[in-house]
Amino acid sequence: MKPTKNRHPDRLAGLKTWARINSPWVLHFNSGSCNGCDIEILATLTPRYDLERFGIKLQGSPRHADVLLCTGAVTRQARSRLLRIYSQMHEPKFVVAIGSCALSGGVFQGCYNVLGGIEKVIPVDAYVPGCPPRPEAIIDGVVKLLSSLKAPQGGDGTAAHASEMVEKLVVEHEHR
Amino acid sequence: MEKVQTSRSFTVPIGPQHPALKEPEHFLITVDGEIVTKAVVRLGYAHRGVEKATESRNWVQNIYILERICGICSHIHATAYCLGVEKLAGVEVPPRAQAIRVLVAEMERIHSHLLWLGVAAHEAGFDTLFMYSWRDRETIMDLLESLSGNRVNYSVNLLGGVKFDVDDELARLIYDGIDFLEKRTQHYLDVVTSDAMFLQRTRGIGTMTRSQADVLGTVGPTARASNVYRDIRVEAPYGAYGDFPVKIVLDERGDLEARFVVRIKELFESYRVIREILDNLPAGELSTRMPRRIQEGETVSRVEAPRGELFYFIKSNGTDTPERIKVRTPTICNMMSVVKLAVGHQLADVPMIVVGIDPCFSCNDRMTVVDRGQGQRQGWTWEALRRYGIRHYQRLAR
Ligand code: SF4
Repeated sequence: MKPTKNRHPDRLAGLKTWARINSPWVLHFNSGSCNGCDIEILATLTPRYDLERFGIKLQGSPRHADVLLCTGAVTRQARSRLLRIYSQMHEPKFVVAIGSCALSGGVFQGCYNVLGGIEKVIPVDAYVPGCPPRPEAIIDGVVKLLSSLKAPQGGDGTAAHASEMVEKLVVEHEHR
Repeated sequence: MEKVQTSRSFTVPIGPQHPALKEPEHFLITVDGEIVTKAVVRLGYAHRGVEKATESRNWVQNIYILERICGICSHIHATAYCLGVEKLAGVEVPPRAQAIRVLVAEMERIHSHLLWLGVAAHEAGFDTLFMYSWRDRETIMDLLESLSGNRVNYSVNLLGGVKFDVDDELARLIYDGIDFLEKRTQHYLDVVTSDAMFLQRTRGIGTMTRSQADVLGTVGPTARASNVYRDIRVEAPYGAYGDFPVKIVLDERGDLEARFVVRIKELFESYRVIREILDNLPAGELSTRMPRRIQEGETVSRVEAPRGELFYFIKSNGTDTPERIKVRTPTICNMMSVVKLAVGHQLADVPMIVVGIDPCFSCNDRMTVVDRGQGQRQGWTWEALRRYGIRHYQRLAR
């Protein structure tokens, strides 16, 4: 196929953002957590919290994921795994660190096998504190990240629509 | 016919996690055609060095780090530790505190067993049951939250007692919650013993005889499903289990179905014990004074976690920090049974056999499947293996 010139780069980017914000696929990786954060992430999938109403889908392959949810402090053994998963994700990719451990190492700071928070290894876009954070907080963290993705170029109708949608979702969520 | 030997080996490097099972773990499974001939497990991706860390924290700080060894059975870790330290210090804990500890431990067992029921159903491809059991689990999470203010790491224990009291209003809430859950649990028991598709995945699969269970050193519901009389709450009652005894739940069959049945029946036992504790909650203080330094000595503390016997060794040298704390969790005891039981089974049964022991240190991140016949080496994700198992049985059902 002959490459065609993209006459509306802004529109296209806006459309992509719109699509991404409306249905982000998230991947979960545990790099040494206590399971507490993980069961709360799992709880967000279940009927009471129902993450999927935001179009967010938890699935298993880094190649399909837009957002990486990280839990736990990074242990020496898990470090290379984390790096590999991160590099397997396609751009643009976003990382949410969930729980005190993922933020700073939390209670495990100073353990000989713990390197520290996620940001010691890969860049992090959003932080959700708590030990563990409530499912609502996790959903809020992901939705806040998405709203910060708003129109990168600004001004475009499509992208503006996207951020509006997200805003609406956030408001809806907060009023629940 | 001569076998063609190909030396083609390939790995499919797909992501190493699965939403339902946590913590990375690595299995190396050798198969001959469809049949597993060897299984090797590698643990330790989540090793953080907690035992060593306890040596540089004082006795009180250690409650909080030990509670975070496992988020699912956080309370029981802190309980084992506190009971041990109190024994070392020679401190008598008020009966009301002991009763509340047991109350929370049983509530934790309910949350853990319901969680497991959902995850195991999910592995079998029975997502409806997964969603239902997790919906009902929120009932007990709410109760734990109203008791302690936290959904996962409740921090109920103190050295020398507990922090939270149960008043009449909370007791009423707990009674109501338990009534609701009891009805639902009866329903789950009916489902796992009568649903034909589900029974196909569990009945006669992963059978462990009583002597095997004994030799492999299994603990908890995994052992009890093979008719091994092993429950610390019954054999060596700790805390308030002396006043509120539990009945042991046993099953003779030893297969996966038995493991489902034992865990679900244990839920009824937990409901009964919780009601009994609430009916006869001893009056009195919630905690007693503890010395800051614990006198020299060493002790062993054993409790029954949702997954089986949890073992703590605690040694004090008379200062305000412990000299050594050793923890042995139940999953490590049960893990060897997976490695043994998988042999001779279909590859499609491996996910169910693994979740059958309720692995706490799980998230079996990636399978490497080695096919001896063709000399191929293949990496599988847990998810791919789960799908493979479900499809395999769907084909059979047609
Ligand atoms: S933040 Fe708390 S709950 Fe989450 S992994 Fe760390 S210790 Fe566990």
